[in-house]
Amino acid sequence: MIPFLAWLLLLAPLLSAAAIHLYFRKNQTLSSLISTGSAALGFVSALILLPMDTGSVRFDWITIPGWNSQIQIGLELDKLAKGMMLVVTGVGVLVHIFSLAYMEKDESKARYFCGLSLFMFSMTGIVLATNFIMMFIFWELVGLSSYLLIGHWFQKDSAADAAKKAFLTNRIGDFGFMIGILMLWGIAGTFDFAGLAPGLAENTHSATLLGIAVLCIFAGAIGKSAQAPLHVWLPDAMEGPTPVSALIHAATMVAAGVYMMARLFISLTPDFAELATLLPTFSYTTIAWVGGITALLAALMATQQDDIKKVLAYSTLSQLGYMVMAVGLLKPEAGMFHLFTHAWFKALLFLGSGAVIYACHHQQNIWKMGGLRKTMPITTITFLIGTAALAGFPIITAGFWSKEQVLEAAFYGNNMPLFIIATAVACLTTFYMLRLFFVAFLGKHRSDDAKNSKEVGPLMKIPLIILAVLAVIAGFKPIAETIAPLFEYHEINLRSPALWASIGSILVGAAAAALLYLRSDKDPLENNPVAKLFRNKFYIDEGYAKVVKFGQDAVAAFIHFFDELFIGGLFAGGLARSASGVGKLFTRLQSGNLHGYSLIFGVGVLLLIYLTVFAS
Amino acid sequence: MASLNDYLFISGLLFAIGLAGVIIRRNIIVIFMCLELMLAAASLTLVAFSRFHASSESTLPHYDGQVFVFFIITVAAAEVAVGLAIIVALYRARQTINVEDLTSMRG
Repeated sequence: MIPFLAWLLLLAPLLSAAAIHLYFRKNQTLSSLISTGSAALGFVSALILLPMDTGSVRFDWITIPGWNSQIQIGLELDKLAKGMMLVVTGVGVLVHIFSLAYMEKDESKARYFCGLSLFMFSMTGIVLATNFIMMFIFWELVGLSSYLLIGHWFQKDSAADAAKKAFLTNRIGDFGFMIGILMLWGIAGTFDFAGLAPGLAENTHSATLLGIAVLCIFAGAIGKSAQAPLHVWLPDAMEGPTPVSALIHAATMVAAGVYMMARLFISLTPDFAELATLLPTFSYTTIAWVGGITALLAALMATQQDDIKKVLAYSTLSQLGYMVMAVGLLKPEAGMFHLFTHAWFKALLFLGSGAVIYACHHQQNIWKMGGLRKTMPITTITFLIGTAALAGFPIITAGFWSKEQVLEAAFYGNNMPLFIIATAVACLTTFYMLRLFFVAFLGKHRSDDAKNSKEVGPLMKIPLIILAVLAVIAGFKPIAETIAPLFEYHEINLRSPALWASIGSILVGAAAAALLYLRSDKDPLENNPVAKLFRNKFYIDEGYAKVVKFGQDAVAAFIHFFDELFIGGLFAGGLARSASGVGKLFTRLQSGNLHGYSLIFGVGVLLLIYLTVFAS
Repeated sequence: MASLNDYLFISGLLFAIGLAGVIIRRNIIVIFMCLELMLAAASLTLVAFSRFHASSESTLPHYDGQVFVFFIITVAAAEVAVGLAIIVALYRARQTINVEDLTSMRG
């Protein structure tokens, strides 16, 4: 029963993707229903598996001769994986349902749903992987499905470019990931998660080397979870359809980096307190700082974005930074808990923005919306709940509980600079989310698109309502204990400065947002030089473009020189030139002059006579 | 009586005159006539050898060469007919029989 459900979880989406691609590509409606059905099937199996006492299902896949272990395709079914699976399939099924309405009029709906199913399969593979090789394979597969879905509207240049950028940026991180996997194999002698801790205990190893291996593996997370300095692909990935942004680029795939680090840490030792002695300080401190810096940079950039999806994208970056920071502070359970709550409310916010974009005829600029609370009341309420959860509104939202854990991890981890950064990010989060909410939903209609918008249909409304409920209750102790991966209950300490700092920062952020944006029709910070820096994302993209262009030009110039000199000049070109030279020489003989011919003929005859008669 | 060498000398002279004409002259009809001259030189050689080269069994000379010359004359007559026809066709097409004007085969 357990193996069957586990395999069903993994293979149902694959079968759906294959069936759609091979047989039902012409039948758009049937394709979308098959895909949604497979997602629902996965969700049900994840739900049934959750309370069961499960181990892992393993299956030998490749045996390498002369090597004592196998590469397995296995399904790990511990609490971490099952909790994560519930997030993936839960958000997945809601996004599928939402997509049924959102993509209703799309011409290539079948291709879209095929991509979604492929993604569900790949993501399930990452979560259930029992070893690094399997995880890496599925890691690449989510990259592929993300590429396909970002580029769904590939007729638009911007979408095709964004897909390419996402793929290439991820390659950099994945290269580090692969090196890290191989290094870890060199140290511990196994790819298997379960064998990692015994392997490390058996083999003597240098702690520094282990730290470097962990950092290399973390490079994979930097790419996939879009941490600085490889964060540039995620905002561009918003070119994809909005439900895709909700599923892949907010709730699940981008969180895979955090999940992978948690999986690595839990495999190193089940007791996270031991991590500090096992790993050298530089490794986890680097991870924490990468997370902290990403959180801060992304939050600053989010304050000046005008595209509703871009604001959410930067907010995702910033929240991922929080999770990575928690992992780096050796509190993976806090990071995973934030991942868990964040998945619900960020999916909610993205689907809410999808509903808004759908209703406003694909208008994405928040300054051209306004007054949506009158035309779209349900969306407005659910979006407000999502906003409150993201800002971490005390007690009644899920975001509060998880963010509190992250802040406490920084505070009690005795890392004051990171705690200050985290608090500043909390303040900025409230600020930019309320800016978005005030501008887009309150005030008066600022364009005809907003005036003519009307509430979306039930297929979109129901996922929003379900997610809104989850965004509130997912943080409460009984629910979190049952379904959250790696949850550890924390009593809220009323005297903790972390709590008051977070509440204070929320108030400051809310007050600033209300002051600046509650009654404005255009951005009051439009001409502020600092705000301009934020709006232009610190010119990081432009800088990268310059560096890439410079490097590429240098390489291209060298190769061009080599090509011209050796290939063109000597080998291919030289052969061609000598052939044509010889040809030219012989065309001289074809003078077209009869006298010339007869002279040669006469000389030839004389030569022949001389040779035959006199020379022999 | 003239010896074999005299005939061969005359033949060589005829051939040389013919070749020189082919090489030097520009009028294609003259060139054609010179070609015939070279052919005649070759025929003369054949006849001369035939006349002076006695068979080993009898005193009669070999007549093979002389018969061969008859064939050559016959074929040459046909060849002249074809050649002159070509020249006429050429003149109709190009309005010239000067070989220096006929250079369309130049590579």
